[in-house]
Amino acid sequence: MDPLIEQLNDDIEKMWAMAKESGLDPYPIHFEMVPASIMYEFGAYGLPGRYSHWTHGKAFYRMKTQYDYGLSKIYEMVINADPAYAFLLENNSLTQNRMVVAHVLGHVDFFKHNAYYRFTNRQMVESASLNAERIREYEFTHGTRKVEEFLDAVLSIAEHVDPHLSFRYLTDAEKRTERDRPSKPVESAYDDIWNLRGVTDTPEPAPPSREGGHANLSRLKDRSKVDERDERTRFPDEPEKDLLRFILDYARGLEDWQRDIIGIVRLEMLYFVPQMQTKIMNEGWASFWHQRIMREFEMSSDEFTEYATVNAGVVAPSRYHVNPYYLGVKMYEAIEKRWDNPSAEDQARLGMVAGQGRAKLFEVRELDNDVSFLRNYLTKELIEELDLYLYAKEGNEWVIVEKNWEKVRDGIVTSMTNFGVPYITVEDGDYRRNHELYLLHRNEGQELDLTYAEKTIQYLYQLWGRPVHLETLVGDERVLISYDGSRTTRSAIGTHKARV
Amino acid sequence: MTDYKSYLEPGTPSISQHDWSLHRKGPIDQQRHKEKIKESLKKNLGQIVSNENIILSDGKKVIKVPIRSLDEYRFRFDPNSGEHSGQGEGDSKVGDVLGPAGNPKGKGAGKGPGEAGDQQGFDYFEAEVSVDELAALLFEDLGLPYLEEKKQSEVESETVEFVDVRRTGIMPNLDKRRTIRENIKRNAARGNPHFGDLHEQDLRFKTWDQRVRYQSNAVVIAMMDVSGSMGEFEKYIARSFYFWMVRFLRTKYNNVQVVFISHHTEAREVTEDEFFHKGESGGTQVSSAYELALKIIQERFNPDDWNIYPFHFSDGDNLPWDNDLCVQYVHKLLALSNIFGYGEIREGYRGSSSTLMSAFGKLTEPKFLTVTITDKREVYPALKKFFDPMLGNPDNLSNITPTSLSPLPTAGEG
Repeated sequence: MDPLIEQLNDDIEKMWAMAKESGLDPYPIHFEMVPASIMYEFGAYGLPGRYSHWTHGKAFYRMKTQYDYGLSKIYEMVINADPAYAFLLENNSLTQNRMVVAHVLGHVDFFKHNAYYRFTNRQMVESASLNAERIREYEFTHGTRKVEEFLDAVLSIAEHVDPHLSFRYLTDAEKRTERDRPSKPVESAYDDIWNLRGVTDTPEPAPPSREGGHANLSRLKDRSKVDERDERTRFPDEPEKDLLRFILDYARGLEDWQRDIIGIVRLEMLYFVPQMQTKIMNEGWASFWHQRIMREFEMSSDEFTEYATVNAGVVAPSRYHVNPYYLGVKMYEAIEKRWDNPSAEDQARLGMVAGQGRAKLFEVRELDNDVSFLRNYLTKELIEELDLYLYAKEGNEWVIVEKNWEKVRDGIVTSMTNFGVPYITVEDGDYRRNHELYLLHRNEGQELDLTYAEKTIQYLYQLWGRPVHLETLVGDERVLISYDGSRTTRSAIGTHKARV
Repeated sequence: MTDYKSYLEPGTPSISQHDWSLHRKGPIDQQRHKEKIKESLKKNLGQIVSNENIILSDGKKVIKVPIRSLDEYRFRFDPNSGEHSGQGEGDSKVGDVLGPAGNPKGKGAGKGPGEAGDQQGFDYFEAEVSVDELAALLFEDLGLPYLEEKKQSEVESETVEFVDVRRTGIMPNLDKRRTIRENIKRNAARGNPHFGDLHEQDLRFKTWDQRVRYQSNAVVIAMMDVSGSMGEFEKYIARSFYFWMVRFLRTKYNNVQVVFISHHTEAREVTEDEFFHKGESGGTQVSSAYELALKIIQERFNPDDWNIYPFHFSDGDNLPWDNDLCVQYVHKLLALSNIFGYGEIREGYRGSSSTLMSAFGKLTEPKFLTVTITDKREVYPALKKFFDPMLGNPDNLSNITPTSLSPLPTAGEG
């Protein structure tokens, strides 16, 4: 038996016991020692055995080159599955791999218990392999180039899925029933909220979900052309965030294999979305626990020095980004401290009792995602201690523009919203009664890259088969970008009045 | 392949190590990515060919070429707008400068999608290609036009190639190295690897085949105006054309000679190095170059034996009284040559052509080709026009009509 593997095998068992004792409850984990090329391949593809596409080759080439030149290094790769898979780098030292093992234990516990992962496919490795096989077959039947071009188009909107559909998915018919159901008179302590929005005062049969859930949006819609049309023929019923599903369901002229590919890309994306929604929480949790476990793990002082060096590298802060490992660890540590030793004010105001740190940690890891985590627990003290700031482009330089802790916190939260991807919805699938696609970018203060958007709607045209339009804001101008199969146009369609 | 622990016990971790050496998925997709880079390079050859990095980089073999079409387009935020978050070292304050933004050229926002260098955004893909790779792409469609079989041109050059090794042969062909190696191997098999105790079975002999190579003789006469009126741009264009031309000829043909002639009011045959690096000044008398070219052809390159290709690049600012003489010389040269290519370089040119070009307008021979280059991007089309192997190919006579020669919009065909 390879002595290094044997040693690691023993260490894994020890760490497993330590983790269990601390309250971590991961899925069973299978560790695999792999050479760097394999590690980078899995890193580039996101999953072992995933379908072939040149973008994966591009990512692989980039990561591998960076590794070869010593610029960056993946230490660990872990797959959310039951049992979970984790990959260790052959050339890493024993100490580095020990740290990775401890880190992975945290990740897998997080995968298993965080609420946002509840609907993820825990057999994803197998599913991805089957998907890859089907796509391979389509390449064989329809031609590699044809499949590649179609994938290019689908991948351009891959992030535009709606993870919340996994929680509650209604067919259009069900939605209609839901909408037309007479609303029960609500009697609770929160009745005044309904009155605030004027819902109970409004007798007309407007779809409640639009009035309620998308209050902002409905106001946006008031001034859009969409409303000039007949209510009854509105399609889709409600603005649809899941572009992939909408195209899958309603695009004309797609062949079965093309619909299947859309479905594959969509389901694989839905598998990854929770990881995108909990980057800080997940990395923070894993780093928090690798630090705890390594601190108590028996090792020589040389080994500990080596560990400390690697650890310092992983959690190093960066001027241009917030390091999710670092920020996450710091936040968990602050939470534990605050709930272990609540201040007089916390005790009085929130009824906090001392010694609840550990329990609070596990509650947070179960219930929050990055947005709520930051909003709830990124405190003034932390922002000041970590010296976080917002920066923007001024002239030809990046300049710090904000240090006010609430604004910094909100700025970070905003950048995490919709996992950092522009929020785009289908407003009308039958625009101009001509089966044209009308999309709306819900501008949250950051403008779209218009060059990219123009190219992307060309891809959408390829999928939808009819002209595609995208409304967005440039400054205060509402701009409509359209592509009709041969020409891209941009037209101003009015000014955006401040949202009242 | 060793599994140290299986999944038999649920709820416990395990570790294993396999042989992954046959796993090739990543490299295969990487290959496809490389192909796409190549396709994209081919589409942008016009711009890449006239890239200063290439022409001016003697010896530097690898160049970086920005490729936009490999971007993975998606809906994304404008990376230059909005606020981003970062982390200081404890003493940051509003107004601190973190660093320069974007690429230094990006003064204004990118206007059209065609303008590569001026786009906003952090990441455009930079492909690394060697000049040789680029050359292979460039020269794929190029060839010498009107190439004829000359009377004595198919010079049979007999060459001897050693192609095999045998155990018998004549002593002068003994392959000493292999013989020694066989001897050592035999001794090693007996447990004592050394050289000595040579045996007949150790001997190895080279055997050869006779190969006959047929070569078409061709000479290119590269003439360039180096007078004072040739500005930076004009010289640069002429040199980049000839840079690629020389490279192309040497890549594709075994026996192409190139004669370099620089001229102002006088013409001089120069070395390749002088041709590419030496600047001169003075007035312009184009006929001097043509006269010298004629003389060189008459002395050294009998048209019965040689395919002859004179090319001339100038800004067209010729002494007016010299133009008629030029036309006469071109007639004479055309009688001896396969084609004659004249390239006129006029930066930002929008108006009428030069007097020289007008004078050439009288020439109607299909073998007389002209281009006007007003922009760096037109170097590649010029190459394609002058080195179109379909020209003079009897199966493609229709191709000789000037309009179908190349997509060059500003070609001055008179």
